[in-house]
Amino acid sequence: MPIVRTLPGTVPAWQETVSREDLRNLCLGQKERGARLVSLWGSDEGEETFVLHLALAVQEGLCWVRVPLPARDPTYPALDDVFANANRLQRATHDLLGLLAQGAADGRPWLRHDAWPPDRFPLRKGEGGEAYPPRVREPYPFVTVSGQGVHEIPVGPVHAGVIEPGHFRFSVVGERVLRLDTQLGYTHKGIEKRAESLAPAELIHLAGRVSGDSTVAGAWATAQALESILGRQIPERAEWLRALWLERERLVNHLGDLGYLCNDVGLSAGFSLFWALKETALRTHESLVGHRYLRDQIQLGGVVRALTASDCQSLREECVTLEKEVYRLRDLLQEHAGVQDRYLGTGRVPPELAARLGLVGLAGRASAQAWDLRVSCPTPPYAQAEVRMATRTQGDVAARVAVRFDEIFESLRLIHHFVEHLPSGPSHWDDSPPLCAGIGVGWVEGWRGEVFVALEMGARGQVRRWHPEDVSMSNWPVLEHAVQGNIVPDFPLINKSFNLSYSGQDG
Amino acid sequence: MTPVNWLLQGGQEILGILLAPLLMGWVGIWRAWLQNRRAPSLMQPYRQLFKLFHKEVVLAETASPLLRVTPYLLFGCMGLTASLIPMVITDLPLAGAVDVIALVGLLSLARVFLALAAMDVGTAFGSLGARREMLVSFLAEPALLMVFFTIASLNASTSLRFMVTGFAARGFYLYPSLAFAGVAFLMVLLAENGRIPVDNPETHLELTMIHEAMILEYSGRHLALIEWASALKLLIYFSLGFALFLPFGLTDSQQGWGILGALILFLLKLTVMGAGLAVLETVSAKQRLFRVPEYLGTAFLLAVLAILLHYLLGS
Repeated sequence: MPIVRTLPGTVPAWQETVSREDLRNLCLGQKERGARLVSLWGSDEGEETFVLHLALAVQEGLCWVRVPLPARDPTYPALDDVFANANRLQRATHDLLGLLAQGAADGRPWLRHDAWPPDRFPLRKGEGGEAYPPRVREPYPFVTVSGQGVHEIPVGPVHAGVIEPGHFRFSVVGERVLRLDTQLGYTHKGIEKRAESLAPAELIHLAGRVSGDSTVAGAWATAQALESILGRQIPERAEWLRALWLERERLVNHLGDLGYLCNDVGLSAGFSLFWALKETALRTHESLVGHRYLRDQIQLGGVVRALTASDCQSLREECVTLEKEVYRLRDLLQEHAGVQDRYLGTGRVPPELAARLGLVGLAGRASAQAWDLRVSCPTPPYAQAEVRMATRTQGDVAARVAVRFDEIFESLRLIHHFVEHLPSGPSHWDDSPPLCAGIGVGWVEGWRGEVFVALEMGARGQVRRWHPEDVSMSNWPVLEHAVQGNIVPDFPLINKSFNLSYSGQDG
Repeated sequence: MTPVNWLLQGGQEILGILLAPLLMGWVGIWRAWLQNRRAPSLMQPYRQLFKLFHKEVVLAETASPLLRVTPYLLFGCMGLTASLIPMVITDLPLAGAVDVIALVGLLSLARVFLALAAMDVGTAFGSLGARREMLVSFLAEPALLMVFFTIASLNASTSLRFMVTGFAARGFYLYPSLAFAGVAFLMVLLAENGRIPVDNPETHLELTMIHEAMILEYSGRHLALIEWASALKLLIYFSLGFALFLPFGLTDSQQGWGILGALILFLLKLTVMGAGLAVLETVSAKQRLFRVPEYLGTAFLLAVLAILLHYLLGS
């Protein structure tokens, strides 16, 4: 019988401890009830024990499963046949901590590359002190396809454009993609190791740097976890302002993506129109808070800057003009036959496949996976705002574009609502509460999808283990399925329509 | 043939070579303006060439002499082709030397070498680009030939010189077949010069490239020559279009004023049509690669219709 412990805080979450013998049964049972794997990670608890952690999204909220493993045999039964997205999570956990999933279909290294030897595990206590551990060269065994006329196109990790590094190995016949094998991990920074023994304020700064385009979501999720450990609510105004910045982040990123999606079909005019709008929004950020991408706006117990009445007025006015402009651009794209021809039916992920692979977030909603934390598990400011979730069923590039447009309009409405009804009062804690040990979770709907944070604080108020998970980790494998059967020159478009984070998944 | 003729021939050759980057710059400026961007200087392509000529050439270890020869060959082919087209004066010594079929052949020669050299080093992108280039060109070439045949039947000659003077001699006259041929020619022009909707000359996405994928291995003066040859190719297609469809203003005199007038008209046409090309590129998106056969099939069909119309209507 698992031991259940409810976690404090705004996210409905509880922790269960099970033995590794019961793990598979628990997962199978939860899967039956519609659960989804959010994250899988491990921790070194000292005293000769490791713990495997799983975060499952269920109807009622978030279920955090702890599985203690003995140090002399840190293995557990593989779960990639139950949850498809467990594959890379298991491999990453093995690279970092040496917890081995037995019976896993794929045992290749994931984050390690050749950066440290296979028998060293940087997340173990006492490891990771040296800046440059010895390198052992070993080739990555890519999945190959054989047959007449099949050949391989290696792309990356260095690309012609200024984008993050990732290696893509295409097996093609003519222009048709038979299979894509991705190798990520080039931006692994050891950020989880870095977080160990940091103080709360430093941790929030670090969390905002996991993935630069999701800095608000990452920082908020981490702050949420910290505040739940401290057991104190943040002022209402602070919650509203955090939500305001999160929606602004969503708005800016969606505008940028839509611009890129025009650029990738050669419609440079659309690119400059969308990016002009994005630039206006970024400059507004610069003038309001002093950072174009809103970095370091969230602090423990609130937000850094309180907005004045005139700030609110300018945000409201910007919403009105942006809405008008975006409507105009949407009509332009919808009536452009050339653009629609490129978008419709390209990179399709049918709803059944999306459900099987655990596709979530923006891309999931475009494939009928109706999950948006702002609606499904709303924390305070969203609960009153009655967010409308944007979903589509086609699951192609056009659907992901349509979801982005819908979410822009919804974000604009929310921004308007938040500044209009912004509660008065302080926008952060006046004093800093005494630090204490404990565990907590953060779960925030960023613009790509959910950002999850699991946090364990030590007795002296320093970080023991911090594990952030970007939705990209679960969604990257789906991209490999989305491009199958498409032609090679459509890959950049499909990739951009997902626009997943490299840095966020590499950690 | 007098020495003056040869002087004029040489003059046109130099004019073409020097003017080509300017045309590229002009199209680039218009593209920037139409996208609400601040435009680069008109001289930017020259600066680019200057920079590349001063850079070192880096060659892959597996490169054969073919890779090194191709840039010169390409530039030579384009330079020669430019001298065969009447840009300003019709009776130049070389204009009568070859007919349009040989001209298509010259362009093909350049393309074959470029595609072979692209596969030379053995990178995935080179052969990817070469393969796509061949897909585009083997469909574009018949369409271009049919356009030429339409005009050749109108003037009973495949020599460019007589095709141009034939129209001039008859004065202003509307040919329905020319309208179809003109549209077909425009479609081929876009495809052969790697413009949107067939290829995107500005893209940084390796996997979508056609022309750019073939020249990824070049650097320094080799790249400069290839870029210059591409600019020259665009100018060649523009001049061909002017000679065949807008031949007004071309002069056969060798008097200074006549030449000056024709030259000004030629520059004017380039100015207008260069901007037109940018407009066309701005309003359209790049097609999916497998739409290109349909697109060029349409061009071919239009050209066939043009020639049929000519024989049916006798005009």
